[in-house]
Amino acid sequence: MLETGLIVHLLVVITIYGILALSLNLIIGMTGLFTMGHAAFFGIGAYASAILTKLGVPWFFSMLAGVVLAALVAFLIGIPTLRLVGDYLAVVTMGLGEIMRAIFKNWISVTRGPMGLPGIPHASIFGINFNTAEKFLILSTICLAIVFIIAELIIHSPFGRVLKGIREDETASQALGKNTYRFKMISFVVGCGMAGMAGSLYAHYINYIDPTSFVMWLTFFIILIIMLGGLGNNVGALAATTVFVLLREGLRFVKLPEGLNPAALQQLIFGLLLIAVTIFLPRGLIPERKVVYPRKSGGSDDAQN
Amino acid sequence: MLRIEGLTKNFGELCAVNRCSFEVAQGAIQGLIGPNGSGKTTVFNLITGFYQVTSGKTFYKGRDITGLPAYAISQAGIARTFQLVRVFRRMTVLENLLTGPKEQAGERLLPGLLHTPRVHRQELEQLDRAWDLLTVVGMARMANEICGNLPYAELKMVEITRALMSDPELILLDEPASGINPTLVNQILDYIRKLREERGKTFLVVEHDMRVIMNLCDRIVVLNYGEKIAEGTPAEIARDRGVIDAYLGV
Amino acid sequence: MEILAQLLINGLIAGGTYALAAIGYSMVYGALKFINFAHGSVAMVGAYFVFGLAIGRLHMPLVPAVVLSMLLTALMGVIIERVAYRPLRGAPKLAPLTTAIAVSFVLDALVMIVAGADIKTFSLPTQRGYEIGSIFITPVQIIIIVVSVIAMACVYVLMNRTKLGKAIRAVADDANLAEVTGMDSDLVISAVFAVGSALAALAGALIGLDTNLQPTMGFNITVKAFAAVVLGGLGSVPGAIVGGFLIGVAENLGVWFIPPVWKDTIAYGILILMLFLKPSGIFGKKEEAAATVL
Repeated sequence: MLETGLIVHLLVVITIYGILALSLNLIIGMTGLFTMGHAAFFGIGAYASAILTKLGVPWFFSMLAGVVLAALVAFLIGIPTLRLVGDYLAVVTMGLGEIMRAIFKNWISVTRGPMGLPGIPHASIFGINFNTAEKFLILSTICLAIVFIIAELIIHSPFGRVLKGIREDETASQALGKNTYRFKMISFVVGCGMAGMAGSLYAHYINYIDPTSFVMWLTFFIILIIMLGGLGNNVGALAATTVFVLLREGLRFVKLPEGLNPAALQQLIFGLLLIAVTIFLPRGLIPERKVVYPRKSGGSDDAQN
Repeated sequence: MLRIEGLTKNFGELCAVNRCSFEVAQGAIQGLIGPNGSGKTTVFNLITGFYQVTSGKTFYKGRDITGLPAYAISQAGIARTFQLVRVFRRMTVLENLLTGPKEQAGERLLPGLLHTPRVHRQELEQLDRAWDLLTVVGMARMANEICGNLPYAELKMVEITRALMSDPELILLDEPASGINPTLVNQILDYIRKLREERGKTFLVVEHDMRVIMNLCDRIVVLNYGEKIAEGTPAEIARDRGVIDAYLGV
Repeated sequence: MEILAQLLINGLIAGGTYALAAIGYSMVYGALKFINFAHGSVAMVGAYFVFGLAIGRLHMPLVPAVVLSMLLTALMGVIIERVAYRPLRGAPKLAPLTTAIAVSFVLDALVMIVAGADIKTFSLPTQRGYEIGSIFITPVQIIIIVVSVIAMACVYVLMNRTKLGKAIRAVADDANLAEVTGMDSDLVISAVFAVGSALAALAGALIGLDTNLQPTMGFNITVKAFAAVVLGGLGSVPGAIVGGFLIGVAENLGVWFIPPVWKDTIAYGILILMLFLKPSGIFGKKEEAAATVL
């Protein structure tokens, strides 16, 4: 783990979680695919990147491998599941999460199981070694920016429009000639690949990973973030990420009665919060921005309001 | 233009459609009627690929389209609306219309992401067309309204207009007049006739309201209990014993 | 050969518990077209109720403890439906799915806080098992099988011979139509949750008796019950039962071929495999599973 002050650390965590939130927002928020396995892809990216760099592969290519591997697994899972009702994807990705965790825990020859992988090399490109938190923050912020730009470009593209249509009504989208399976697959694969990128960043920041980092609770936490931030709204997702990372950090300092398990308490609070948000704020705090088109030039009457 | 032969659909032991056959000529406005539960919407779903046929075939412009997935049938030039309006409610009217056109370059990930000149051009063209269509049907002022905020009747128009954006040759309308007041219904009927006259479009319309059907259609096919019991001009159908029995009988 | 027979019996025992859990899942799905992710956690709570009643200060005998737990859990299930799911009846599918996950996390957390995260066992006095042929089986295991079968028989009677059962099947088939004929579908849905939750509690208790209790068992049960339901066919209660037994047997036979650490993943693997082969399951209808819903 890189030595650092608290603020820089929190900022790094925010950028990494931010990438997770944006990628999940693409899958759930924009396309309406309920995936419960995001932590699995986070883990795939982390382990792949960690293992490869420890074998001497340069960081950039290891990260890329992590992204590709995560995307590939997403593709394989998607083949049977994306043609079926949404509930299937939810439970299958849940199961995938557990399968991956079992692999991380039990494939000892490769992942060292519960002992984890220590001594993960620092990230480095072109000789620049990101061995301090401040330097790493620059790297992770750049990655976040790239992901944000891609996510925003997608939202504002005709491709994104079809995704929203699928979210709203897949049957109608099919009636309009859209091969919804293909669109869903692309969205799912891209989103999971991005999660893999986040995983790689995580591994090279903490320099140690073990199976306990990739539990379903993480997926749940990200879902909570994007639900509160507003499904389909990327700025909202980032804002919510900041809020929740800080909130979670703040909870660490709250004095708890003796013997009360802080992790369990966190789970309880956030669980209740998610229920409340889903019932009372289904569109999140910051709803999707309405897309307004101007009148074409030369239009006579009605002004656009 | 469209020909179905012996279309049959079984749901387990329930036979919803039984050996239904008819043709729709090019440029025709044809009606498909029958009492509740006679299988009209099921026939629509079979033609458009939303249900798999148990047996039988569908031919479109001479080509066998049976068994093709719904999106492929739509791409071939057949558009449809739904009995219960399926509009994208959290999107604006314009956004809905813009999903209509086929083969949008921007719907591929990379070109869309990069907003290539071709994508840009297409978007502007489609936008123009959408505004034109909306003006023709008198809905220009709600172009940027979120559909969820609009009344049901307007949503029906949005769905029809959206279907037209793909420039289909054959349009299947599932109960276009239900839930709308008579004035608006007449507007829709006029619009359908205009589309046939000026653009040569072909229509197959399922409707419950007999006056609408009699008024609008050149030819009518009547179903009862999933089987075709009559076919002909409105005048012939009005006189047909079997049809009268089907509607009046229990 | 004897070992295989033993594994088979173990599989049937586990399978019976999965089948019980899967029934409740299937019923809720049938009535609401909604996968209740919290089901496994409900089962876990039921198991902990029994533990608390029997091993805790009250020292209730086992059978009344189980019965009381089933009642308490049924009540809890009804409350959860009222508070967390009913408000979302008209909402897009995403909403109740999210809430259900949240509910399961809340339940898991509550159990962890109240009962602690350590593994608990019922530590029944060690009894001598019986040897039937070459198969070794303890009285507890026999009880589990018997209870499972009796419970399933009761469910069958309920669903097919009682008015309530008819009402449930009607609502499951077409909720609007059922309303029109004067049925109070809200009441029926509450009944579905009550019965499903009670069964879940029983399943949880039996699993706890067969193995042990830990706050993470809920999640396990959820995924395995879903695997059972998919295997048997979404919406088919007999299918859920068959699926449950198959999963139990597959799990236990599976460790004959692969290292035991992978035992849990067998169920997940079967789930994914089924989706490639026949998503509608053994008894399911093809159109039920497809993505475009008309």
